[in-house]
Amino acid sequence: MKSSPFAYVRAQSVTEAIDLLERHGDDGRLLAGGQSLLPMLAYRMSSPSTLIDIGRINELRFIEQDDGVIRIGALTRHADLETNNLIANQLPLIARAVQNIAHSAIRNRGTIGGSLALADPAAQLPACMIALDATIVTCGRLGERRIEADAFFRGTYETALSNKELLTCVEVPLAAAGTRVHFAQLSRRHGDFAIVGLAGIRSPGPKLVDPLRLVYFGCGHRAARATQTEALLRAQNSSSRAAILDSLSHDLHPTTDLNATAEMRLHLAAVLAERALGELFS
Amino acid sequence: MTSPVPEEDVFVTLEINGRVVRCVTEARTHLIDFLRDEASVLGSHVSCEHGVCGACTVQVNGEIARGCLILAAQVDGSKIDTVEGLGTNALLRKLQEAFVKHNALQCGFCTPGMLLTALEFIERRPSTNRAEIRKAISGNYCRCTGYHSIVEAIAEVAESRRGPGVH
Repeated sequence: MKSSPFAYVRAQSVTEAIDLLERHGDDGRLLAGGQSLLPMLAYRMSSPSTLIDIGRINELRFIEQDDGVIRIGALTRHADLETNNLIANQLPLIARAVQNIAHSAIRNRGTIGGSLALADPAAQLPACMIALDATIVTCGRLGERRIEADAFFRGTYETALSNKELLTCVEVPLAAAGTRVHFAQLSRRHGDFAIVGLAGIRSPGPKLVDPLRLVYFGCGHRAARATQTEALLRAQNSSSRAAILDSLSHDLHPTTDLNATAEMRLHLAAVLAERALGELFS
Repeated sequence: MTSPVPEEDVFVTLEINGRVVRCVTEARTHLIDFLRDEASVLGSHVSCEHGVCGACTVQVNGEIARGCLILAAQVDGSKIDTVEGLGTNALLRKLQEAFVKHNALQCGFCTPGMLLTALEFIERRPSTNRAEIRKAISGNYCRCTGYHSIVEAIAEVAESRRGPGVH
């Protein structure tokens, strides 16, 4: 399958990208690593008139620690996250999630900004950003906006980003000592999209008010916290399968597709919650 | 400020297996189609055209990538290597010999992608095992279902580089 014809232009800087978005953003799309966009073009799910290639804006490819946060530039590739020591030591949730993103040839090109801006409901990194309480930083003609991850993701392929804005970086707060993380996804083969996935985090704190976040992906129209289940498990850190299923049925709105029925997804979500408990509360 | 103007036809220069190829192509041309149709480099294959089968795997500036998930325009000025250009790479040669020895191909359609994927994997993970090898090639489809012998061939080369014990 081939894309519809489009015009191509490469931005050399953030300023130039914003200028190009002002001129062509209405019917154009940003191209970062292209690992999701190119298949969508080939399927003609998307037929923009212009592609604005931001892939070579090197000022957006960085991972740095700064005053209690780790800042990750939008054009940081999955393979960069996979091999970076700061990520391995300070953000093990991301290090573990990235290993589940597709395959090495795709991780060499795909970017964190591309994954977040696309907001595929089965993608791993949006769930991690919500679990880690990250801030998404965007830039447009009127300047910078800082958006909490949970408010950034709105639905399938829908975010708070306008078509005249560029996602520039994410800021992930450093976790307190003793924080535990858990990441798991179920798919038929390694590298496939998740049928259901879970990013979990538990920070140390007084009993019953432990910050616990369970963020599911592949199980609804966006990555989302299972707040009732968080409350259930925070209070007693173990529960019956029936009680977990009951609370998850309020939290999640899974859909049926070729891989799994909604009911099966809910069941798998409960299985993942039980597995997460072992690692988060041990 | 004057930003560049979007174009439907773009001038692309690539160094393909050491040979510089320059031509005008449509902006929508995938790298794999540029290699095959404009440069007549036929070692990498086209199959699914949406990034799942791995048949079009090539190296872009030394790293593997899907030729169908990159526009030629995006990598203008880059160094592209395909299976036929890597004939002098000693490790690739070992992999090729191991594939032959283990009968790790039937029709051969997936083989160029399998070889480049295995090459990068062994270079990055000198110490590995069969479970990791299976994960590493999970993005490359073999429709003759020859995975077992492909894993054996890759494991043998990995073992020969670091001594026995690839489980």
